[in-house]
Amino acid sequence: MNTADVLRFASFSLTGARTRTLLMILAMAIGVAAVVVLTALGEGARRYVVGQFSSLGTHLLIVFPGRSETTGNPGMLLGETPRDLTLDDALMLTRSRAIRRIAPLTVGSALVTTHRRSRETPVLGSTAEMLEVRKMSMGQGQFLPGGDPRLASPVCVLGDTVRKELFGNQPAVGEWLRIGDRRFRVIGVLAAQGQSMGFDTDELVIVPVASAQMLFNTSSLFRILIEARGRESIEKAKQDALEILARRHDGEKDVTVVTQDAILATFDRILRALTLAVAGIAAISLSVAGILIMNVMLIAVSQRRQEIGLLKAIGAAPAQIRALFFAEAAVLSFAGALAGLALGLLGSFIIGRIYPVLPSVPPWWAVVAAFSTALLTGILFSVAPARRASRLDPVESLARH
Amino acid sequence: MIRLEGIQRVFQVGDQQVHALRDIDLSIGAGEYLSIMGPSGSGKSTLLNLIGLLDRPSAGIYRLDGGDVTGLSDEEQARVRREKIGFVFQFFHLIPRLSAAANIELPLLLAGVPAAQRKTRVDQLIVDFGLTGRETHRPDQLSGGQRQRVAIARATVMEPSVILADEPTGNLDRATGQEVMNILEGLAASGVTLLLVTHDPEIGHRASRKLRMVDGGIVADERASS
Ligand SMILES: Nc1ncnc2c1ncn2[C@@H]1O[C@H](COP(=O)(O)OP(=O)(O)O)[C@@H](O)[C@H]1O
Ligand SMILES: [Mg+2]
Repeated sequence: MNTADVLRFASFSLTGARTRTLLMILAMAIGVAAVVVLTALGEGARRYVVGQFSSLGTHLLIVFPGRSETTGNPGMLLGETPRDLTLDDALMLTRSRAIRRIAPLTVGSALVTTHRRSRETPVLGSTAEMLEVRKMSMGQGQFLPGGDPRLASPVCVLGDTVRKELFGNQPAVGEWLRIGDRRFRVIGVLAAQGQSMGFDTDELVIVPVASAQMLFNTSSLFRILIEARGRESIEKAKQDALEILARRHDGEKDVTVVTQDAILATFDRILRALTLAVAGIAAISLSVAGILIMNVMLIAVSQRRQEIGLLKAIGAAPAQIRALFFAEAAVLSFAGALAGLALGLLGSFIIGRIYPVLPSVPPWWAVVAAFSTALLTGILFSVAPARRASRLDPVESLARH
Repeated sequence: MIRLEGIQRVFQVGDQQVHALRDIDLSIGAGEYLSIMGPSGSGKSTLLNLIGLLDRPSAGIYRLDGGDVTGLSDEEQARVRREKIGFVFQFFHLIPRLSAAANIELPLLLAGVPAAQRKTRVDQLIVDFGLTGRETHRPDQLSGGQRQRVAIARATVMEPSVILADEPTGNLDRATGQEVMNILEGLAASGVTLLLVTHDPEIGHRASRKLRMVDGGIVADERASS
């Protein structure tokens, strides 16, 4: 008996009991679809977060004042405030060979006014390097000019939303405006780029760091962004930054340096684990489908005792009987898996339509795993029914009940 | 070709032993036409099942075509059944979801005969057994006589040397029973060994050799003097 004949016979048996077959296919399909949809969601969340982080720029490190809590800082416990980061601290960092460029950041909020409109806007002080470090691009005009960052200069760059709100359809570059009580000339507008990790660059006004420090009457920095020379220099850059700043702070290691990679890796790990977890839960529904298939097949075996007895009488070997029942389970699971896959992909597509920010495409491994798990459970759970069928006593099976 | 020596078949029912066959010695030559009669429960079906390798004796030796088949494995016995033996049952035992033609084809399918050959063979039998026009009908669309003809076609499709028929007319009226007997006797005349269990003395007496069983033993073995 060749494989095609076995499969054909099995399909005939399945179409002979239509309701039963459809129910089992449905059970299988729901299991597979659950795996596909849930992993698509998990994977979507992961890609979303990773995408957000990646848009920060590559090989990025962030320095902020204060020791991170995990390392423990007795000084903090004693109520001692960490020393501020200064512009000179930041400029010193460029001495490290592992560091390509740095961008000091000062932030505050101020009223920005043109002759027609005004708006409370977050204001960011930085240097020309920021454009590169944060991988931003210009829509019109120039970014902040280079030169000594310690010198203030009355120029500013607008985020795209700010430009729209203040100038409407009028040209902005070259115009003057007021930030707080000082006058600045608009020298450029950022290209619209939307949200990235809480910083909506479209909503910002960027001025030279020295001007921002004057505006907000401070000499400290909020953050220092560091771009390492390459992927392999990230760790070195971190060590150098810690060392340089400690030397400048009388040996106190009172700053924290986080690498973007570390944050990214953590989120990546968490979300991957989450995806696996939901996939696992969904897989349980697959094994439920498997158990259902086993029960229904066992019932089928006792309902078809006469048929099995007859097959034996006309010369079917036990192995052939087993093959027939295996084939039924395989055809069933294959149909179920296929239906589930279609259902799952459709579901992911619909979710993708409803939440376009979530790239909800099921990962290929989940599709493969769901499909093969379905086939495997179907076949695995048909071992018992197939064995029972092949061991039936033909004389008893053929007797009228 | 069939030799039974000291065959016993004992069933354990609860803590009682039922001797369905007691010490049977029997030898049947190739091409013999043999009827088995006897009261209900005398062991006729059990004997037929043993000869057809559907059951194993509790004691004794069974030789088929010279070889001892008693100790063969299940797989080997299935093969012997497939190649040498055809069964016909009182209740037909057709597979309900398959057409007449597909039911007849089944043994060829199990034997792995190529599709083209299967078709030729099945088509031939459909003509021979007067089933033309019924080949696509399912069993529930056939009359009792037609069903039994399909069952006999299935039993002969592998061209076995032995046909075992357990009350093949038991579920048919006299006229249809007659039709079915004609077909079976036609097979016997063509050289197939035919063992026929029946309750109907009129049918039983047509055989060239008549066994009578009582309580698990053979009490009479007559050959018609021809
Ligand atoms: N599977 C079985 N279990 C127990 N007893 C059985 C079984 N099959 C047959 N018997 C007993 O064996 C005896 C012979 O049965 P059987 O060969 O079917 O008789 P017949 O076909 O002549 O009517 C009967 O007493 C029957 O009850
Ligand atoms: Mg009987």
